[in-house]
Amino acid sequence: MYIDEISILNFKNLKDVQVSFSSRLNCFIGNNGAGKTNLMDAVYYLSFCKSFFNASDQINIMHNEEFFIINGIYNRFNSKEAVSCALQKGQKKLFKRNSKIYNKLADHIGLLPLVMISPSDVNLLLGGSAERRKFMDGVISQYDPNYLDDLIHYNRAVFQRNNLLRQFTSENYFDQELLSVWDSRLIEHGNRIHLKRSRFVKDIIPVFQKYYSFISMENERVGLAHQSDLYNSSFELLLNDNVNRDRALQYTTTGIHKDELLFNIDEYPIKKLGSQGQKKTYLVALKMAQFNFIAEISGMKPILLLDDIFDKLDRNRVEQIIKLVSGDQFGQIFITDTNRSHLDGILKEMASDFRIFNVTSGSIQQIQ
Amino acid sequence: MNTEKYPSALLENAVNEFSKLPGIGRKSALRLVLHLLRQEKETVTAFGQSLINLRNEIKTCRICHNISDTEICKICASPVRNRSLLCIVENIRDVMLFENTHQFNGLYHVLGGVISPMDGIGPNDLEITSLIERCTNDNISELILALPATMEGDTTSFYIYRKIKDKPVKVTTLSRGVAIGDDLEYTDEITLGRSLVNRIPYENSTGK
Ligand SMILES: [Zn+2]
Repeated sequence: MYIDEISILNFKNLKDVQVSFSSRLNCFIGNNGAGKTNLMDAVYYLSFCKSFFNASDQINIMHNEEFFIINGIYNRFNSKEAVSCALQKGQKKLFKRNSKIYNKLADHIGLLPLVMISPSDVNLLLGGSAERRKFMDGVISQYDPNYLDDLIHYNRAVFQRNNLLRQFTSENYFDQELLSVWDSRLIEHGNRIHLKRSRFVKDIIPVFQKYYSFISMENERVGLAHQSDLYNSSFELLLNDNVNRDRALQYTTTGIHKDELLFNIDEYPIKKLGSQGQKKTYLVALKMAQFNFIAEISGMKPILLLDDIFDKLDRNRVEQIIKLVSGDQFGQIFITDTNRSHLDGILKEMASDFRIFNVTSGSIQQIQ
Repeated sequence: MNTEKYPSALLENAVNEFSKLPGIGRKSALRLVLHLLRQEKETVTAFGQSLINLRNEIKTCRICHNISDTEICKICASPVRNRSLLCIVENIRDVMLFENTHQFNGLYHVLGGVISPMDGIGPNDLEITSLIERCTNDNISELILALPATMEGDTTSFYIYRKIKDKPVKVTTLSRGVAIGDDLEYTDEITLGRSLVNRIPYENSTGK
């Protein structure tokens, strides 16, 4: 699966852009702020119906303009797919596949698999546990639509249960029967989420470790562990055991919304002990494992976006990453960089089809 | 901020009242009021009087809590309806929806909402106690849970099910072709009628 061409109107700093891509490697060279990352984001948008960076859609409309439009022509299992997204100021976005409007955006997710590796991945390490749950949830819901449903229902049930706990305190009463009705909703959806998360982590570990050692060429041993209350006890027992604590704190203190993903290097948290290069390699390997995982399940090679990936990595590691993505298990790749020096090295490795583009203040020219 | 200049305080009052209605802004309110002013006096009096009568004389059926002109509504008073079959709905609109399907000949019980802690609504704010009483005293053989397929609707169904599961009453629920989260209101009559006819035992409807 790959994107053949894109046309963009008024998306961030991209006023009017048309680009035809190579089905293999596309390199974008330009200064910071020139618009390379915005182009990556436009491609990301067509896969996920939203920006990688901005939670609010409206912010993506070019300053002083009324709307943005992104059109993409894809080749998917050898048939043509036209996908477009249009957003008018103050209105709901319209997402179309082959000129047909989607009723539910969720129906589009997974059609055009894509993995983005970007400097902001560091939030996975530095951010709170919610960031790491979001990572798991994002990958799993790309191939399992029921998972997202369970997650939405679970979160709603936790929210309602917390409201009920607060009501018990403010109105000075307690109703175990009513609480247990919400418990049963948590258990129903939470158990399914737990099972899918634990399977996902178990499956991704060996692939992740393989990629890490390949890129780093060192002997350090990296680990990934899923931590959840539900490994120690049944959800029902957990809720029963914690009912007094929940009542005192007025929120639900146990469940899959407290899950954590532990990132280790030689048995220690990489956040504390890893070097810059190790951390960066860890994240790249994790994203590559995600790529591999989605590729296997969807039967398609996802589009791979490597945004500013060479920053903070030494030459050896960069070379290994290039070797890796030149391999057959990878498909269409987008790489951004501020200068050509890294890229010329890459192009020597990759004999296959490639295109190089220059990006300057919102305009994109193919130079090779 | 109200910056409009009205030539009459009476006109302004009427516009204020209309603009309190859902979906009516001040511009639409003015349009409606001016329209009424162009009508015959009798027409407008009948319009106003119907609202006053509605508010003053409408009753809630003592049995099913549907709205009614009489103490006991037409449905509950009807001699031809099957009194052992009870359909549990969230609100009055749902009663109208089910009646429009012409597929149901039993009685209703209007809960007046669903359990939702975030909105401060608990079982005591709903007609649940009266429902349990009906199940105990009224020779009900089957209870159809027809609440919306939302988290709150499903949770309310489960709550009711647990309250009455030891009574000799069969509990069923609608078979649904509609997506999760869709309110009954958005389902067409044919689909709704079919899901009522093809209802399934409540125990089979969930993973519990
Ligand atoms: Zn009645």
